[in-house]
Amino acid sequence: MSIFRLLLTRILQGALLILAVVVFDFLLIHLAPGDPAQMLAGQLGGATAEILAQIRQEYGLDQSVWVQLWTYIRHVATGDLGTSYYYNLPVLSLILQRLPATLLLVVTAQLSAIVAGTFLGAVAAKRPDAWLSRLVDVTALIGYATPVFWLGIMLLILFAYLWPVFPVSGMETVGFSGDALARLLNLLHHLVLPAFTLAFIYLAQYSRLASTNMQNVLRADYIRFARAKGLPERTVTYKHALRNAALPVVTIAGLQFGSILAGAVLVETVFDWPGMGQLTYDSILRRDYPLLIGILLMSAVVVVVVNILTDLSYRIIDPRLRRSP
Amino acid sequence: MTTNDRDDRPLAPRQGATRRTFLQQASLAAGGVLIGSAVTGQPALAQTPKRGGTLKLVHSKMNNINPAIQSGIATMVPGAQIFAGLVQYDAEWHPQPYLATQWETAKDGLSYTFHLRDDATFHDGTPVTAEDVAFSLQTVKANHPFGVAMFGGVSGVDTPDAHTAVIRLAHPVPSLLISTSSVLLPIIPKHVYDNGPIRTNPANVKPVGSGPFKLKAYDPAQYLILERYEHFFRPDRPYLDELIFQFMDDPSAIMIAMSRGEMQYWGYADQQRNIMRLEQQSTLGTTRKGYEAIGPLNWLAFNVRSKPLSDVKVRQAIAYAIDKNFIINKLFLGRAKDATGPIAPDGFFYDGKVERYAFNLDKANQLLDEAGYKRQANGTRFSLTLDWNPQGGNEEATLPAQYLKSQLPKVGIAIELRPSADFPSWAKRIANWDFELTMDEVFNYPDPVIGVQRTYICDNIKKGVIWSNTQGFCDPEVDKTFAAAALEVDPAKRKALYAEVQKRLADELPVYWLNEIAYTTVYDKRLRNLPLTIWGAMGPFDEVYWGEKTG
Repeated sequence: MSIFRLLLTRILQGALLILAVVVFDFLLIHLAPGDPAQMLAGQLGGATAEILAQIRQEYGLDQSVWVQLWTYIRHVATGDLGTSYYYNLPVLSLILQRLPATLLLVVTAQLSAIVAGTFLGAVAAKRPDAWLSRLVDVTALIGYATPVFWLGIMLLILFAYLWPVFPVSGMETVGFSGDALARLLNLLHHLVLPAFTLAFIYLAQYSRLASTNMQNVLRADYIRFARAKGLPERTVTYKHALRNAALPVVTIAGLQFGSILAGAVLVETVFDWPGMGQLTYDSILRRDYPLLIGILLMSAVVVVVVNILTDLSYRIIDPRLRRSP
Repeated sequence: MTTNDRDDRPLAPRQGATRRTFLQQASLAAGGVLIGSAVTGQPALAQTPKRGGTLKLVHSKMNNINPAIQSGIATMVPGAQIFAGLVQYDAEWHPQPYLATQWETAKDGLSYTFHLRDDATFHDGTPVTAEDVAFSLQTVKANHPFGVAMFGGVSGVDTPDAHTAVIRLAHPVPSLLISTSSVLLPIIPKHVYDNGPIRTNPANVKPVGSGPFKLKAYDPAQYLILERYEHFFRPDRPYLDELIFQFMDDPSAIMIAMSRGEMQYWGYADQQRNIMRLEQQSTLGTTRKGYEAIGPLNWLAFNVRSKPLSDVKVRQAIAYAIDKNFIINKLFLGRAKDATGPIAPDGFFYDGKVERYAFNLDKANQLLDEAGYKRQANGTRFSLTLDWNPQGGNEEATLPAQYLKSQLPKVGIAIELRPSADFPSWAKRIANWDFELTMDEVFNYPDPVIGVQRTYICDNIKKGVIWSNTQGFCDPEVDKTFAAAALEVDPAKRKALYAEVQKRLADELPVYWLNEIAYTTVYDKRLRNLPLTIWGAMGPFDEVYWGEKTG
């Protein structure tokens, strides 16, 4: 099958999937008790019956769920994601404002996890009985078991309080003045704890995966051949074996992109990282339907795109897959 | 527990002397630090206010920055910095000149004339005029949740000249003056806000006011930065260069930030154990002043529509079964005040001469027997569900709820706890009367017509509206007294009427008031002139400055 047909099929499937996600999430959030008018009344400090009725009418909340769903889908088809009930600002601009922060966090976390994990796994695999390999195993277990927000709070207490080397919260020091480089360093300084928290879970998984794969790869024929050729051990390990061991890690990482976005919600909440995760959490509590569905829609799009890209890149990396249907 | 040096403004004019102009006050304030120190008996520090510096405040996210259309701490605190009001209140509940230099009431009490200062400007340079006052009042009346309660009696606002505003009333409104505080009636510029529906006005996130600080930057996810308005009408004020409101929700993060000195002011803190931990730091001080105008109450509400709670004996029995000493001293570490009625103990009209329900299990059992609810074989008389909203680690509601679960069975009442998932879920239940018992935290606000009577009058039984009379309590006598008090201009008579209604409500117990919420401000001790009037942080920070480290 040519790459074009593949791409077209994947995109079509993706579009249908996104539509299904939107409908399902729309109906789901409307099942939660309480509506945005109630939330706004709470926010306002109280509201009269007239104000509540006015709010409900303004937002079309007095119509049936199906009518509201159809209205929403019609708007989305024209690219209009609606206006947030809470902020009274366009949903698209709110999301785009927050998206870079989340992408920065998630991409940094996942890349770090992949690179560090593969490397750690590779080193551990060289000596399967040494302490490093054991450590990798134990860490993987801890990583699976630890709730991500608990880890975040523990790291906060350790590195922001007991031994205060990192900032407590936020993405940047508010009111910070300095040149672009200083600001970048300030941003990175804030990024360390949240990214590490998010990465830790995956670091554990990837290093375990890489270690196992590496052990298999090191027993393969072509490695023995490379050694027989007289290549230095370092070249054998890091040029040949590592690449092959990395492939499964990359696949898993691509598939897990969706779940790492979910993990970002908790990390962003603990560290007050102003990203989409925090916005999602807040908009559920606020019953801010347009904003929430808009976020879920965008997440679905991102996950679908990443999976398509993973698929494509896999075929590019591995020549054996190019000719299969 | 240490408090700041100044516990009240040194030179609040006494009752009647409302015509003193503010220039006089400003010059007196300079020497006021010395006099104030003498009054409070603290060593005179003789510091002159120093200009400059930034103050970082812990704050929560908000949906807009327009206190004319909503209340709530998140909007009101920054709103009080951006917007000025006609008057501002001191720590003794006396109005002081702010945008208005003086004011008079007509003999029949049906009009208030405010004389505005002629040098006040909005942050865009335009002068503040009576037209803006008229527009602001109309906006608040039509859109604010308390608009009708505060200004329902206003029949119009005349503007005979640019600096005179006459508020005409259809009937006497004794709460009018306090309703012109800057957070309840912020003076918003007509030329900025009068161009379309107010709720969607872009100026709600780009506010323009005439207060001491103006908007510098706002990121709805992270922070709100305000900077000094150089042409603020009080000479040399504000002293601070910038106020940075940083949005932080996580309690651990806030604790760490305050103890590291990254944040320097945390208002409306109510988690007592966290506050105690911060108090132990020598660089931080705490104060419980500045919340009198809010009057926050924590109570157990009864849905009186059906048995057994429709019987007052049952409600009184529950009251007798609750050991308030335990709640106040053990759950809230002795830091909350006992609440005995609908008005908070620090409220202006508070009267404590009411029926108290001192802990008495025998009396409780006796009342329940009398009411006809005998114990069954398993010791239970009946079972009740107890709702509350645990969102945000709500200690005020969660701790008493858990206490009640184990306490009320001692008199034969089984309690089924029913925490809600979040605020809208809880609000929907309560607003639609789908509850038996619920914990609730409600603010009085400074006048009973604003935040007190809404809970108890027959007229305000409105299905679907949270913080209306959700209990379904209706006593025509109570309504009559509230209605009379809302129109009574004689202060002594008004006080007597509210005393009467407090007595009656304490007998009938539509809710059982547990405590005044012990809101606390945690602050860096180097700060001077913290706003400690009845409005606290909901008043302008124009006098706050950074002093030297005094240890």
